[in-house]
Amino acid sequence: MKSDVGNLALTKDALVPLLRQMLLIRRVEERLSADFHAGKLPGAVHLYIGQEAVAAGVCAHLRDSDTITSTHRGHGHFLAKGGSPRAMMAEIWGKKTGICRGMGGSMHVADVSKGILGANGIVAAGLAITAGSAFAAMLDKGDRVAVSFFGDGAANQGTFMETLNVATLWKLPMIFVCENNRFSEFSPAATVTSGEIIDRARAFKIPCASVDGNDVLAIWRATGIAVEHARKGDGPSFIEAHTYRLHGHLEAEKSFLKSTYRESAEIEEWRQRDPVQRFKNHLCGERICDDGEIEALEAEIADIVEDAAKFAEASEPADPELVFEIMFHEQRA
Amino acid sequence: MAKKRYIQAINDALMEEMERDPKIILFGEDVEISMFGDTQGLHARFGADRIRNTPICEATLTGMAVGAAASGYRVVLHLMFSNFIYTGFDAIANQMAKLRFMTGGQVCLPITILAGYGGGRSAAAQHSDTPYPALMNLGGVNVVVPASPADAKGLLKTVLRADNPTFFLEAGGRGAETGDVPEHDYTIPLGKVSVLREGRDVTIVAIGTMVKHAAAAAAELKGKGIDAELIDVRTLVPLDEDGILASVRKTGRLVVADEARDRCSAASHIAAVVAEKAFTALKAAPKRVTVPNVAMPYAPGAEKNVLPNSAKIAEAAAALVNEKSGARS
Repeated sequence: MKSDVGNLALTKDALVPLLRQMLLIRRVEERLSADFHAGKLPGAVHLYIGQEAVAAGVCAHLRDSDTITSTHRGHGHFLAKGGSPRAMMAEIWGKKTGICRGMGGSMHVADVSKGILGANGIVAAGLAITAGSAFAAMLDKGDRVAVSFFGDGAANQGTFMETLNVATLWKLPMIFVCENNRFSEFSPAATVTSGEIIDRARAFKIPCASVDGNDVLAIWRATGIAVEHARKGDGPSFIEAHTYRLHGHLEAEKSFLKSTYRESAEIEEWRQRDPVQRFKNHLCGERICDDGEIEALEAEIADIVEDAAKFAEASEPADPELVFEIMFHEQRA
Repeated sequence: MAKKRYIQAINDALMEEMERDPKIILFGEDVEISMFGDTQGLHARFGADRIRNTPICEATLTGMAVGAAASGYRVVLHLMFSNFIYTGFDAIANQMAKLRFMTGGQVCLPITILAGYGGGRSAAAQHSDTPYPALMNLGGVNVVVPASPADAKGLLKTVLRADNPTFFLEAGGRGAETGDVPEHDYTIPLGKVSVLREGRDVTIVAIGTMVKHAAAAAAELKGKGIDAELIDVRTLVPLDEDGILASVRKTGRLVVADEARDRCSAASHIAAVVAEKAFTALKAAPKRVTVPNVAMPYAPGAEKNVLPNSAKIAEAAAALVNEKSGARS
């Protein structure tokens, strides 16, 4: 892929928000993890910790009118696309003030007003929804784009090939962002996936980029090219971001798994490549930020997290009567 | 009034509504050439943006319908044969039927899915299913099963103007049947049965493809001195329980004619609703005339054997009427 966007130097004004976004996702999820283990959250929680660079780097290029779909590990995409930490936290707590009024929960956070068509509990479901949204964008004749975040596990679903086919055929303004975090739930990718995922996309002769998913700037550059390509009406692109899921498939897993599915040495090795710490080091090393600025940022984020958690905890439970009212539009279930 | 074929009435509704609302788009396999005739001429009239052939990939098409609808379009997805609903079922059951709910009501999904259903033409088991029971159980989708050209047009117009995912199931093999269709613009509300014949002795509720057989059965019963009330259910979700219950309270007897397989059929649901809500009005247990719990055979004789028909419906109704009164006690 060749474009000016890829060569643009990021100014401090653009770099700091990337770190801020990654930190927000990290600290919100650390709080969710703690609250889950304290028994405060009703459902399963799948954390994005370790993959923050992908959501932050991609969503930095998107507008509210652009749409995204996400996965069961969707908190990071929700926040990076502009979703409210309070409304997300309240949703995960099952509260009336939640972004989905307590009907969706952790795996299904969505804010349609921000173009977030939803995290999704069905692996690969977002791909086809994104293709439909990209088709709508094409019919609108504007320059809106649609991004699908999905994992390496989703690449083994039939709809992966189907949406690549239709998006290429119709030149849809769609960006495929495969977050290869090396696990399909509890199965290491190598045990369930043959070959390289990106080679499947290359067969469609669309622009494809394989990037270090723990390097927010690499993600940012690759996405810039892909988004520009789509906005110009030149069709879909594919990005495979190689990253690593530092937490388990879900927070509760140690309570029911009888054995382990990965070595702690492997986790430790990837911890050394933690995208958040790495980007902090980069900004300090390049003298773009100093320690004081980073501490101030951390303090600001800590306040947001504390406020969101308090808001969630203090909110009223979801309204049980709502279930009959929202199945249909203007029709009671 | 004008005489119209069933498929022509559907085509007219699509043509008129697409003319009226530029946000309606229609896609699916071979919709440009139109296998059934229901999308005939739309491509020439509205062009490739709004009428578009797709690859054969139902699992993706159903998801795309959700995405396009969530992004502001009113989507008509043609799935051709109703068995292909199964290949697209994830996005139907997990997305289309649930996304409005799961987002706390943030999205409306104005999606109409067209598909032909039913047997009788030696299409064999993979092209002959009557799948609405599975759809009824999803909760979040409406199910419309028109039997006449006039109802097909009026109901489809309602569906295309509404904001909910709806299956508009076309009675297989009935496309050429004609009926009077009003010439003015009209709609028919969902959730209202149509009483096709009033009667005192037994209520026959017929669904979609079964309406014609049930009408023949009612005529046959009249010759035997049995006065049947014939109800065309028209929509299964929402279901006009009041309309059905009012009739059963009058006649005291219920036969439901349904081309679905017996187990968990629409007939089973309707019989259960009546048993629960009008038990004391019943003079006999409700009867279901359905397809046995087998796949649809290819061979014409074997297929005919499993399909409900007017004789089976009339026989069931006559048996109910002839049961000694008080048999239930």
